[in-house]
Amino acid sequence: MAVPRRLLRLFVVGPPLLWLGLFFLLPFAIVLRIALSDSAPALPPYAPHWEGWSRLGAFLAALDGETFAVILADSLYLDALLSSLRLAALATLLALLVGFPLAYAMASAPRRWQTALVVLVILPFWTSFLIRVYAWIAILRPEGVLNLVLLRLGVISEPLRILNTEAAVLIGLVYSYLPFMVLPVYAALERLDRSLIEAAADLGAPPLRRLLTVTIPLAKPGILAGAFLVFVPAVGEFVVPDLLGGPDTLMIGKVLWTDFFSNRDWPLASAVAVLLLLLLVGPILFFQRLAKGAAA
Amino acid sequence: MQRFATRILLAATLGLQALTANAQQDQLRIFNWSDYVDPAVLEAFTRETGIKVVYDTFDQMETVETKLLAGKTGYDLVVVTASFLPRHIPLKLYQPLDRAKLDNLKHMWPEITGRLAKYDPGNVYAVNYMWGTTGIGYNVAKVRQRLGADAVIDSWSVLFDPARLAKLKDCGVHVLDATEEMFPAALRYLGLDPDSKKEADLRKAADLLAKIRPHIQKFHSSEYINALANGDICFAVGYSGDVLQARKRAREAKNGVEIAYSIPKEGALMWFDSFVIPADAGNKDAAYRFIDFVNRPEVAAKNSNFIQYASGNLAAQAQVDPEILKDPGIYPPPAVLARLYTITPYDEKTQKAVNRLWTRVKTGR
Repeated sequence: MAVPRRLLRLFVVGPPLLWLGLFFLLPFAIVLRIALSDSAPALPPYAPHWEGWSRLGAFLAALDGETFAVILADSLYLDALLSSLRLAALATLLALLVGFPLAYAMASAPRRWQTALVVLVILPFWTSFLIRVYAWIAILRPEGVLNLVLLRLGVISEPLRILNTEAAVLIGLVYSYLPFMVLPVYAALERLDRSLIEAAADLGAPPLRRLLTVTIPLAKPGILAGAFLVFVPAVGEFVVPDLLGGPDTLMIGKVLWTDFFSNRDWPLASAVAVLLLLLLVGPILFFQRLAKGAAA
Repeated sequence: MQRFATRILLAATLGLQALTANAQQDQLRIFNWSDYVDPAVLEAFTRETGIKVVYDTFDQMETVETKLLAGKTGYDLVVVTASFLPRHIPLKLYQPLDRAKLDNLKHMWPEITGRLAKYDPGNVYAVNYMWGTTGIGYNVAKVRQRLGADAVIDSWSVLFDPARLAKLKDCGVHVLDATEEMFPAALRYLGLDPDSKKEADLRKAADLLAKIRPHIQKFHSSEYINALANGDICFAVGYSGDVLQARKRAREAKNGVEIAYSIPKEGALMWFDSFVIPADAGNKDAAYRFIDFVNRPEVAAKNSNFIQYASGNLAAQAQVDPEILKDPGIYPPPAVLARLYTITPYDEKTQKAVNRLWTRVKTGR
């Protein structure tokens, strides 16, 4: 009994599409609806304009994009967004600088150790994210572990002020998202055909040249995937800047929190979320094109 | 066969319904701050009434508010801070209280109930649980070292005079990340009405706050508890209860950190954590019984002794530990009490403007 091809395809493509529709498109539509509402002292605290297809005309007539106009007019949002993009980009770069050698060492380790090493990278996820970020407070605080060790060793004479600065936020971001960089890079390096590197060596390429012209280009899909997995969540990160950052750290996640919780302005907060998503589509497409190019 | 299956399904559904209805009957779901009731009180309540208590906790009033605004919280009894009430009452979030079911309200402290009425006119919806002030918490040794051995921390000027605060910068200053706390304090220090809603006044307050910002390490509403207790910071604007909790933790840790709490002489803002029953509460009856239970003078005193806060129950004072009753940070003397103030909430438009000013203060842009 031959199953019609089309049915088969539907069977394969259906679940992911359903998943995407249910957990991405539908919530996005709800958030967009709130973003296009007026904030109101009500229960819930907004007055929607959208009341179904039958009232489409009234909806379009009332559509003023007020929330979006507020965001565009206020430099705070642009500043916060740029600052988030900058911090996320820096964190991604640092995660790559730390993660690549780590992944390389893992891929070069004897095969029987590799599974254990991968488990070690994943192990921190067994503890709550929040607790791990809190632990950094204990490490970075003026009388914390790091300062005590450095003082004892005589490296510094005054405690370093790291906690509540941008440096602490970067440390937190790199720490939190490092496994997302290490794992794809490791996967790419592990699949890499070692004989290619040996061939380059036989042909007289010194180690640095082998790394730059053979290993890194071949690992590019993994590096891109890792960069993408670190960058996108880091932009919207809330916990790390809240706990480790100081008054100077301006990140869009925190601004969104203030609008949602302190100002109780659900429409404005939703509009910020929608804009953030749209702005991230750009980098996502960029990464995807790069990845496609790398694969081809 | 099919009919049989349907029947089983039906029976199962009904059974499940009965089960949940039954569970609701004997269960009281409370939403409150963490460590904010003596566990022995909850046990005694269950022993006496047979009602099981589910005690869920929060660490931020905003979380509670957002849940309440979204509706159907599933809680029968919630403790909210009074300053949120004027915004919530018109939205009919709460059940008006049937005072006939709350015989022990006769023990309440008229002074506190009267001040709470500013937020809940006629005391229709809320019953005070604990109350306190927003003042200054500091590390005695570190502050004296920097401001002089005989320095008295009894004024907002330590915070709002940039020259004085600058001396504390290196040992760490935290202030609350809350407009409704910081703006009234700044206004009061400037000699203006702490409850002012005038834009010009609020701008003056923001300017003052901007001047001290370079010396502030962090704006946060809860981190200072640990930071004070660990000795990481030496000065914080915070809630009396939290500062006293930091003091308690430092004492328990025996880390040599001595924390003190001070109510500035210019006056300070009062806060009132109060019981309300959500309008859609499933077990209102149990909620009433609980409110009445915790307002028996001996039970109110037990809670006060456990969490070391001032109770809104006057009759409880006879059984509150003398150490707590005599602590001016917890039970301020009448002259100080007279200088404490309350404020009314900002309307939506002012709130947004104030929040915007506050973000500018915090980020320095």
